This record gives sequence, structure tokens and C-alpha cells, in this order.
Amino acid sequence: MTRAGTAGGTWRSVVRTGALWGAGAVFLALVGLVEAVSRRQIVAGVLSLSYTFILLAGFGSGVQVSRRWAGLAAWQRLAGGAAAGALAGVLVGLLVVIGRLANLRPMLINASLPLYEILSFGRGLGGLPLMVLVQAAAGAIGAAMLLLPPAVRRPVIVGLGTAFVIGLFQDLVQLMLQSGVRAGLRSLLFTGEGLAPRGAVILMVLAAGGNIFWTRYRSPVRRWADRLAPPRRRALRGITLVALAGAILTLPWVTGLFISQVLVLVGLYTLMGLGLNLEVGFAGLLDLGFVAFFAIGAYTVGLLTTTGPLAVAHLSWWAVVPIATVVSLMAGVFFGLPILRIRGDYLAIATLGFGEIIRLLVLSDFLRPWLGGSQGVLGIPKPVLGGLEFRGPQQLFYLTLVASALVAFVAARLRDSRLGRAWMAVREDEDVAEALGINTVNVKLLAYGIGGAFAGISGAIFAVMLGSVFPHSFNVLISINVLALIIVGGMGSLPGVMVGSLALIGLPELLREFSDFRFLVYGAVLIVMMQFRPEGLWPTAVARRELHEGVPATAGGGVELAGAHEPDG
Amino acid sequence: MAATIVAARIRRSWFQRLSVIDLFLWGFRAAVLAAVVVGTFATLRSGRYAGEVWLDFLIFGISQGSVYALIALGYTMVYGILRMINFAHGDIFMCGAYTAFYAATALHRAGLFNRYPPLSLAVILVVAMATAVSVALLVERVAYRPLRRAPRLVPLISAIGASFFIEYAVRGLYGSGFQAYPEFEVFKGKWNVFGVGILRTQAVVIVATVILMTLLYLFVMRTRTGTAMRAVSEDMEVASLMGINVDRIIVITFAVGAAAAGAAGVLYALVFKQVHFFMGFYPGIKAFTAAVLGGIGNIPGAMLGGLFLGLFESVGPILVLDGLGIVAPYQLKDVIAFTMLVMVLIFRPSGILGERLAGKKA
Repeated sequence: MTRAGTAGGTWRSVVRTGALWGAGAVFLALVGLVEAVSRRQIVAGVLSLSYTFILLAGFGSGVQVSRRWAGLAAWQRLAGGAAAGALAGVLVGLLVVIGRLANLRPMLINASLPLYEILSFGRGLGGLPLMVLVQAAAGAIGAAMLLLPPAVRRPVIVGLGTAFVIGLFQDLVQLMLQSGVRAGLRSLLFTGEGLAPRGAVILMVLAAGGNIFWTRYRSPVRRWADRLAPPRRRALRGITLVALAGAILTLPWVTGLFISQVLVLVGLYTLMGLGLNLEVGFAGLLDLGFVAFFAIGAYTVGLLTTTGPLAVAHLSWWAVVPIATVVSLMAGVFFGLPILRIRGDYLAIATLGFGEIIRLLVLSDFLRPWLGGSQGVLGIPKPVLGGLEFRGPQQLFYLTLVASALVAFVAARLRDSRLGRAWMAVREDEDVAEALGINTVNVKLLAYGIGGAFAGISGAIFAVMLGSVFPHSFNVLISINVLALIIVGGMGSLPGVMVGSLALIGLPELLREFSDFRFLVYGAVLIVMMQFRPEGLWPTAVARRELHEGVPATAGGGVELAGAHEPDG
Repeated sequence: MAATIVAARIRRSWFQRLSVIDLFLWGFRAAVLAAVVVGTFATLRSGRYAGEVWLDFLIFGISQGSVYALIALGYTMVYGILRMINFAHGDIFMCGAYTAFYAATALHRAGLFNRYPPLSLAVILVVAMATAVSVALLVERVAYRPLRRAPRLVPLISAIGASFFIEYAVRGLYGSGFQAYPEFEVFKGKWNVFGVGILRTQAVVIVATVILMTLLYLFVMRTRTGTAMRAVSEDMEVASLMGINVDRIIVITFAVGAAAAGAAGVLYALVFKQVHFFMGFYPGIKAFTAAVLGGIGNIPGAMLGGLFLGLFESVGPILVLDGLGIVAPYQLKDVIAFTMLVMVLIFRPSGILGERLAGKKA
């Protein structure tokens, strides 16, 4: 390939890449994300999360140009990366110039002076050439990353990543380093505002060194472990397990109230995720009204345990949990019955309709005398077990832990049972499954029922966590949350549910500034995952194999493929 | 002998398996029908509502239904070609309405709004349609096109992602509150048509919808592009063998559907006088109901389905629920719409006018 012949085309790719990434940065700025995170310092006084987002535009375009120009000389790739980064910087600068000339505020609420201050490094229009320069530098760095040999690149990335993550969560890390030796470590690494530059360098070097060490000695360690005599190996595994269990059991007390609350939420969503995973991941039935079962579990607990006027009975929470589970199981079967014949994307819409019907009915004045309408059910007592009251998140953590472990165990056993095989057969092709003698009616109803029961347990814990139940807690966004988390984790994968709920429920709770942007990020994550990693972060072996061997659209894929609907019988 | 025994067994097991479900479904149908009949009868006998009230509800239903019909076009056309639910379509409708809100307030502030109402309405419509089309094309390019050969659930999930991305992007860009649309002075009050008083906004909505629908129908049935669209929807591969640029036709389909949705957004805002970033969610699902109700992939069907749904939703709460003694029946109008959605999907997924298409897509 002659360079002269492609020069025009390659430069066009530089312009396109820079413009796309620059537009992305402008979008992030206008949507409010840049300003919202300006308080979060990654490295105190040097780099805030805002600038990380902005500079990502230059860096990303540099990486992309460098990748596309893989055949060219190093200086050309660097120059291309810098040029693309600079273009991204120009776009960001253009936003500031336009914003200063014309007041965009009446339409774009985030196009404010503080934003322009951030984008011009607080120097007015004089800061804009600096922005272009910095973006160009970020582009060159991005391009340079691909020039490094992999043996060097990996430690660099690991070092940068470690410093970034610890800087991002510096308040939590500092909270954990408060006394004794830990306090000394804290003053070494952190200042009042965040990670000190010195601390960032130390962490980077340590992590990079650790990575080099690990790459070099990984195989000897493995070999050593493999050579151990079986009883010793079992002992080693036992010790690891005990250490892990100990770490998990002491987690709420080490990390404090706030993180425990987050962990309880993660646990609740894991429970729901396990239920929806059973419907979508195992049986291929996309359910967008899943929140209804969560609500049914919560309302059952509410009505049967409350001390308020709506009480049906005054049972203890422990007696009601089995009832709530059975009620939501029956609800699952009952809702499954009419929609048995609907397939594919029509099923998704029908279940969405069902979920909304339930929510609207609960919210209405019509059922108010029984369900409390928009005011909900109040005064739900906390569960008590042998003198221990599950009062706060630290106690409830154990409840969700036990429930999730139990439900995960049940889900794993179900997956490997005859019923689980039947679900997967139905997922792959319902007609063939039926032809093979699987009673698809029972199998699908059981998927709805058991999935619903899992969500019901989650709802039962949710009710005591809040001490009250409101219809507003059960909108369609919860269903979308749960769907997103099982997709991120990997459809059909049990550890994936855990990973997904840590990533999608835990992370946004820890980064409170993101709460307004949560569904923006979820939406983007769903789109990106479907294109680049449809099998999820922790996929099942089957999904990985199928989604990466270029399955044609008409043959069996990992998920429901049958026609949108059958001809009406 | 053995064969007949097996056949008998197969028949019997088929019978055993399906009869329970069928009984349940028939019971469900009968219960809904009984509720409708009893409720209607009780309401009519009580004579609580005068004739004029019914007429008002009827006209409101028609104007509401025409908005649904306009949105439903986008669902129906995209489904006809790609066999995929454009879950983000309701949000494209919202984008159009919301962006046009800024054009409307700008015109209002400049004093042009009430001086040249038809011109202003045209400007607002153009802004809404242009925004909706650009958003739809962006979504198609980013979220749908790369997944055209993927297993079925994959594009649907991507579409759900796109829907929430658009909603919350608009929330971030334009703010999270309700915004009040400026009102046209000319469209306040009622017009008298054949002795019947019709709210002017509703009349405008109905007339605008009829015009847009006619244009669209002519576009699809009479132009070369429209013919190509129908050909692609009939058989994508054969159409491409005939020299039709399938990608281009898909893009045009998205654009036309989005333009209709953008216009629907403005009409919706004329009636309800406010916009919000979540306003597209319910109309989107209801318009999908309308599309399925009329027979998906079928343009006249979408109009019929929209009207039917709008009418039932506006008359239903009073006619049926009030008679059943349900308090505050109007709170449950969405329940009526969603019940219709579920019932259509269960009992007649091919829709009212869908016979012709049912065999082809199965």
C-alpha cells in the first residue's frame, strides 16, 4: 500500500475521529456530567474527574488514530493522534466561544459560566489554546500507548488504572484508613482534598511493579500450587474459602454504615437479578414487568406485618417471608398463563404492560382502602431473631447475604436440573423443545413462578429495609435496572448477576454525583454491550461460544429467535 | 395400529395440555367482556352523563387517537421492514416536541407567535420534525444498524438502551421539570361545526393528522421510494436483488416515521400544553398498542388502531369503570390502554387489518 495513495483517506479518518470524540466531550459537558463531577479530585490539585472526562476525548482519538494507522511510522502515528486530539480540543473550545457569545442557557440548562470556566481552565478565552494543546498532548499520549511494546504497556495501564480507581474512591479509602499504622499510610498518600500527587506516583509505581512481578512469577506460583499433594491443596482451598467468608462476614463492620447500605441494595438487586436471569437468561422470556413481583412481595410483607391501619394480620416477618414467596410465585404463574403464547419482542411489551397495570392499580384511589394508594403501607416492624433486631443496614446485610446465597444455590441447582435443561431448550427453540416432548407450558410457567418468587423475597427484605412500601418505588425503571444488570453480567450466568449488580447498583451509589446520570449511563452501557460484548462481563461458556462464532440471524443464537408471534390459533 | 395409538395419544396429550390454557383464556375474555357489558349498561341506565359530555369525550378521543396514530406509523413502518420494535420511538416523539418548545417560546417572545399563527405552527412543526428525524437517524446508525444480523433480543435490548439514553440525555440537556408550552390565542375556545362545539386545538390536531396521514399514504403508495419501501418490507433480499439500496430505504423509513412522530409531538403539546423528558414513554407504548391493534406493518391499520385506542381510552373510564362503581375512574385510563395492549397481544397479535400479513411473517 503506497502512502501517497491513502494520505487523503487517512487524514480524513483523523478529522472524523477527532470530531467524533470532541462531539462526545461537548455532549458530556452539555448534559451536565462534566460540571457535576468537578468536585471529585482524582489527584488533588492536578486532575479532577471533569478533566479526566474532557481529556478522554483527546486520549481516545489518539488511541483510535494510532490503531488505524498501525502500518505507519511511529512519528506519523504520534502526529496523527496529536492532530485528532487537537481537533477534539478545538470543538470543546468552540463550545466555550459560542457559549460566551450567545446565551445558550435558556435552552441548555448546563451551558453555564462555571462550565465554561472548567473548559477554559479558569482563564477565560485565553485558556482555550491551552485546551487545544492539552488535548493534542492527550492524543499523542494515547497514540504512544499503542507504540509501547505490550510488556511495558500492561504495567503502565495497570498503574494508571490503580491510581485512578483509588483517586476516584479516595473518600472511601480514607474512611477506612483512620487509626494506627493505617493513619500514617493515609497521610503519606492523601491530602485533605484527595489523593496527593506523591501518593498517586507511589500507587502507580507499586501497581506497575506488582503487575511486572505477577507476570513474571505467575506461572511458577501456579505450578507450585498444582504440584501440591491433594490433601494440601484441599487445605489451601479451605483456607482461601475461610478467609474469603471471614472477609465477607466482617465487611459491614469494617466498611461502615454507608457501604453496608450500598451492599444491602446490591444484595436486593442480586436477588431480583437471579430471578430475572432465570426468566431471561435460562428460559429466554424477556420480562419488562418484573418489578411487579418485587412489589407483590413487598406489599405482602407490608400488609401482613404492619402496625398501621391497613393491617390484614400481625404476623412476624419470618412467618410472612414464606407467604410472600408463595404469593409472588403464584402471581408469576398467574401472569404467565395469559402470555404463554406470546413470543419474542411482543412478550417484552406485554409484560411491560402488565407491570404498569399493577403499578397503576396499586396507585389508584380504587384500591386505596386496601393498599393505601399513593401513601402506601407504613409502619412495618423490623424482623427480630432471638433478641437481635435487624435494625440497620449492617444487620440487614446478613439477611440479604443469606437470602442471596440461598437463592443463588437454588438457581444453580435448578440450572443443572432437568427443568433447567428444559428452560434452555425452550430458550433455543420453543417449537423444537415441544417436539422433543418438553411440556413447554409447565416449563414456562415455572420460569415465571420461580423468577417471581425470587423477586418476592427481595421485595420482602426491601419492605423491612424501608419500614414502609410506596407504589412509587415500583416503577418500570427498576425492571430496566435489573435487566441492565443481568445483561452487563452476562445473560444466564450466575456470577454475572453478582458482577452486574456490583457494577450497576454499587458503583453509582458510591459515586453520588452520578445519580442523575444513572440511566444515561445504563442506556449507553446497554447499547455498547450489545455491540461489543453481548455475552456480558462474566459470560457462560455457551453464550461466549455462540455470540462469537458469527451465528447467522436465522439459525440458533443464544437468545429467543422464534418469530415475533405465532399465527393466532 | 401402533400408529393410530400414537396418534391418539398425541391428540389426547395435545388436548389435555391446551384445554386448560384455552379455558383460562376464554375465561379471561369472558370476564373482560362481562365487565365491559355490565359497566356500560349500568352507566347508561344511571343516565349520569348528558349527551354533550359523551360528545366531548368522543372528540377528545379522536384527537388523542390521531396523535397515537401518527406515532404508530413509525412503529408499524419500522416493524414492517426490520421486524423489530423501535423501543426508542416514543422518545423520538418527545425529542421533537421538546425541542420545538424552544422554537415556540422564541417565536412567542418575538411576538410572532400570535401574529402569524399558521406560519408559527409550520415553523414549530418543521423544527420538531427535523429534530426527530436527526435523532432517529442517529439512533439507527449507532444502536440498530450494527446489530441487524444479531439474534433477535439483541437489537431490542439495544433499543431499550437507546430509549433511556435519549430520555436522560434530554433531561440533562433541557432540564428535568415540566415546561409550559405557549398557547395560540386563535386556538382558544370552540369552533362550531354543524352545530357541535369542538375545542379548537382538538380540531387542529384532527385536521393536521388527516393531512399528514394522507401525504404519508400517498408517499408510500404512489412514489418510487414508497414502492421500494414496500418491496423491502415484503422481502429484503429479493428487493436488494432488484437493485434497491436496502440501507437507504431503511434510513428513509426511520426518517419518515420520525417525522410523523415529531409532528405528533407538537400536536400532543398543543393539546396538553406541556412537555417533559419522560412524556414519550406512555404515548410510545400506547402507539405501539395502536400499531399492533391495527395490524403491524399496515399503515391504514395504524390509523384505525390509533383512533380505536384513543376513543376507548377517553370514553372507557366513564362508560365502563364508572358503571362498575369504581371511584376516580379517570385515574385508570392507562390501565384500560394497557389492558387493551395485553389483550391484543394475547388474542389477536395480527391485529384488525393484519390478516394479509400474518402468514408472511410467521
